[in-house]
Amino acid sequence: MSWVNAIIQGILIGGLYALFACGLSLMFGVMKVINLAHGDLAVVAGYLAVGVIAVTHIPAVWSFILVVPIFAVAGYVLQRTLIQASLNRGVLTTLLVTFGLSVVIENALLQFSSANSHSLGIGHLVSDSFSIGPQISIAYLLVAIFVVAVVVLLGLQYFLSLSRHGRLIRAVADDREAAQLSGVDYRHIFGIAAGIAFATVALAGIAWGMVSAFAPTTGTDTLLLFAFEAVVIGGLGSLWGTLAGGIILGVAQQIGAQINSADQFLAGQLVFLLLLVIRPQGLTGQQSTT
Amino acid sequence: MSSPDQPAADQVKERTGTPLLEVRALTAHHGQLRALTDVSLSVFPGDVYAIIGANGAGKSTLLRTIAGLHRPTTGSILLDGADVTGQRPERRLAAGIAMVPEGRRLFGSLTVEENLQVGSSYARPGPWNIERVYELFSWMRDRRGQRAAQLSGGEQQSVAIGRALVANPRVLLLDELSLGLAPLIVRRIYGTLPGLLAAGVTVLLVEQDVSQALRVATRIHCLLEGATTLEGPPEGVSPQRIESAYFGLAGVAGVAGPGGGSPPHQEPPS
Repeated sequence: MSWVNAIIQGILIGGLYALFACGLSLMFGVMKVINLAHGDLAVVAGYLAVGVIAVTHIPAVWSFILVVPIFAVAGYVLQRTLIQASLNRGVLTTLLVTFGLSVVIENALLQFSSANSHSLGIGHLVSDSFSIGPQISIAYLLVAIFVVAVVVLLGLQYFLSLSRHGRLIRAVADDREAAQLSGVDYRHIFGIAAGIAFATVALAGIAWGMVSAFAPTTGTDTLLLFAFEAVVIGGLGSLWGTLAGGIILGVAQQIGAQINSADQFLAGQLVFLLLLVIRPQGLTGQQSTT
Repeated sequence: MSSPDQPAADQVKERTGTPLLEVRALTAHHGQLRALTDVSLSVFPGDVYAIIGANGAGKSTLLRTIAGLHRPTTGSILLDGADVTGQRPERRLAAGIAMVPEGRRLFGSLTVEENLQVGSSYARPGPWNIERVYELFSWMRDRRGQRAAQLSGGEQQSVAIGRALVANPRVLLLDELSLGLAPLIVRRIYGTLPGLLAAGVTVLLVEQDVSQALRVATRIHCLLEGATTLEGPPEGVSPQRIESAYFGLAGVAGVAGPGGGSPPHQEPPS
């Protein structure tokens, strides 16, 4: 039964990984930006939530109401300024710039906070759970986060396929120049896509702060890696592939932990590498034609 | 376009006043390479203005520069007398310049209808809408839910034209419509031009297939290595003059040798 428990826990945590990954996937899919600061942004969202809670005294669970809109606006502004400026200088430049941004964020957090880890205290909610049988105990928090992740992915899917701006995002992703010829200001569309990506990473960062803890370097040594692995396993550009990727990663980690608690992340990495060898295009990806 | 001599007679009457689209002394580069040298042209309402020339003559660069995708080195572009040289492509679309790019460039993962919807996102008010495009290309309505990437070349070209039309342009730029298409399909697509003209669209097109261009054009403009070698109505221009302007044969037409011929830019007698 402990194996079944591991799989269930893995699936639930996989939802959180998918939440981390979808913003990364969106930014790559639309503007071909590989955002190496993605994990750090999640950590910044965590710190911002700590600040918001300290100032407003709202319950930690509701901190996203302020943090997510702030991040959406920040995403738009950062895309229109720094990231757009780097895009104009070539794809490699965006890699360097987002890497630089990552270094700046981590050092700024160390400077203004400390190397200590923080988490978002939500009291008994963190441990409230229900049981199925004697060995399986499921935390409400993980279920809630999984549901949020699925709702976000569904919403994103709905937005991209049915709304006017979603259509423009897909058009710009297909052919930026042709979109310009149809009167589309692709910079603005890029900004909107970045705003959405930042909003999702803020949500993921806050969720992470509730189930675990974050320190200034958590962004690159843990979160960015998980997001990358979920995206690559699932296949680039597919939202549901990202969810599948997150779940596979989560389950692999939990099963690894079941075998030996020190091997949790190693197991995830091994599954990632294995899938990279046997299916480099990802679960949902098409075989590359180039 | 009813009888061969009528359009020319109309043009003489109409080609006065402010041109709808004017290009003044345009020079453009691709890196170090000069693609256009001092090119000027005037397109008047109702024109089908054809730019012809061999591969690499600068035709597409000229069209891309007019649409705003390429920045000229010197010179200016005016739409109805207003300078648009510094404007981005999306601003030019709002002003009334739409382009069907070379290679069609549809949004491949979007459906036919979504392609047209993107085209009409920032449309000017006017007679064209998605419904009217479906009337122009009757097959399109039944297949509007199909992804653009799955269409044949000719169908893609029709969608690309529709996508530009729904923006209600004043000038429609068509870049190499015939590229990669079977002759029958090319003729069918060019067969829609009279309908567009009747609806008040002015056309500036680039075409490598000279005979196709001559069939539809009310005005031709030949480029050779980025410079104008011939400009004027197609009537009264002998095939030999066009040929020499196209290939740059010495001693004839635009490329005047010391022994005779006419200087560049000179219009043939009308």
